[in-house]
Amino acid sequence: MQNQFFSFINALGRFVISFFRASGDLILFTAQILLCIFKAPFYIGETIRMSIEIGFYSLPVVALTTVFSGMVIAIQTYEAVSKFSAEGAVSMVVLVAVTRELAPVMAALMVAGRIGAAIAAEIGTMRVTEQIDALSTLHTNPVQYLIVPRVVAGTLMMPLLVLIGDIIGVCGGYLVGVTKMDFNATTYLVNTWNTLKAMDIISGMTKAAVFGFIITVLGCYQGFKSRGGAQGVGQATTNAVVSSSILILIFNYLLTELFFKM
Amino acid sequence: MKEKQVKISLSHVAKAFGKKQVLKDVNLDVYDGESVVIIGGSGTGKSVTLKCLLGLVTPDKGTAKMTTDNIGMLFQGAALFDSLTVWENVAFVMLQKKHPNRAAAKKLAIQKLAQVGLKPEVADAYPADLSGGMKKRVGLARAIATNPEIIFFDEPTTGLDPIMSDVINDLIVDCVKKLGATALTITHDMNSARKIADRIAMLYNGEIIWVGTVDELDKTKNPYVRQFVAGSAKGPIQMEVKAE
Ligand SMILES: Nc1ncnc2c1ncn2[C@@H]1O[C@H](COP(=O)(O)OP(=O)(O)O)[C@@H](O)[C@H]1O
Ligand SMILES: [Mg+2]
Repeated sequence: MQNQFFSFINALGRFVISFFRASGDLILFTAQILLCIFKAPFYIGETIRMSIEIGFYSLPVVALTTVFSGMVIAIQTYEAVSKFSAEGAVSMVVLVAVTRELAPVMAALMVAGRIGAAIAAEIGTMRVTEQIDALSTLHTNPVQYLIVPRVVAGTLMMPLLVLIGDIIGVCGGYLVGVTKMDFNATTYLVNTWNTLKAMDIISGMTKAAVFGFIITVLGCYQGFKSRGGAQGVGQATTNAVVSSSILILIFNYLLTELFFKM
Repeated sequence: MKEKQVKISLSHVAKAFGKKQVLKDVNLDVYDGESVVIIGGSGTGKSVTLKCLLGLVTPDKGTAKMTTDNIGMLFQGAALFDSLTVWENVAFVMLQKKHPNRAAAKKLAIQKLAQVGLKPEVADAYPADLSGGMKKRVGLARAIATNPEIIFFDEPTTGLDPIMSDVINDLIVDCVKKLGATALTITHDMNSARKIADRIAMLYNGEIIWVGTVDELDKTKNPYVRQFVAGSAKGPIQMEVKAE
């Protein structure tokens, strides 16, 4: 009994230590990236290539997730409020829910699965095949060449993706409202327009920028420190997706708190 | 040889990963224009020694110095960049300049590829399309592209068939001679070591335990070196069979 207790304490202690060590590691890694972002040389071509990969090729998944989210929210709101006030409430709730929460979080989780995993796999492969060491011997800083373009592209592209997701999500709500609930099309649009607040859009896009940063930094971090061949790269990919998804949800809460205090 | 300048100097280098003391006290000087080969079993820390020199690993103790940073390195798996074509790999350093002249860079790359026996057609292929031997050659072309003063080779013949190994050995000797470069090679392939080396050093248990010429290698009474050269399981060197 006592033995079990001690081994439990032991395991707990080990977990706490490794947790803090990993956090410290990650913070140092992030600081290193931030220092490199404003230092020449800038790899513009690579940044554009990554922006297209993140921004453009993620559009289909983001469009699909946001349109269905908007549709579901419309139905749920319609069922929850009285029939008399439904028309105004549905358009308002769809707008607020999509722009503040659903578009940023859904898009970020999708991009974490798509881009975070791809980045971890690519950089992890480069690590275990010594391509990252090779960069150093060829007088090229791997953080500047590989990581900065991805982090910059992720941070700039996510807000744009979310803006498009906002529009598509609202369209989802509109489609359900007009076809299923017999709302007047013009009234729905006018209601949406009148409840639209710049702050809703801006807060959602700010969240998106933070999420884009989290996804790319964690993808790069996991790839960069991966070891031990194909299995290590697979592990890095899984870790990148899981850890960035968790951090996205935590930061979503913290940022929401922040925006409501403002 | 002794009056020549020291180009590479390892002095009391020690490095541990966690509890594992990989290097304990590594001392080795390599002189200008010389080709030194470090031999040793796999997992003895040969690559770590090179990485200390390249600044990719920071030694816990001691110093690892070179007199120049104009260096080239051929990695064990060639370490070619998958996303770039063969010629872009070879001309990588040139292409990183501010306003690169791509046509001139490609011309230089093709010239370097010819030097390692590859045809110009290979220039536009991607590394994934090449065989192991061809990758090594491209890696070699990339390593010599900047006319380095020092070249490092990490297991240049590992994973190649005997004939291709010999081709690579000849290319290494040829390239190093042409550049007048200093070369440091690590390998566990004795044929390769005999062919490339002016001097051979043996790494065992975290230390350089023996240094000498190829002739001296065959005459030495050092039981560790004799066992390694003979490739025998019997002797003072005990292989760690248990998992790390
Ligand atoms: N970055 C690292 N982190 C932890 N252990 C390492 C690292 N690099 C090398 N090692 C360990 O050091 C030992 C020597 O490795 P290495 O120098 O690659 O051997 P070799 O002589 O075959 O080239 C191995 O046991 C390896 O696991
Ligand atoms: Mg090695």
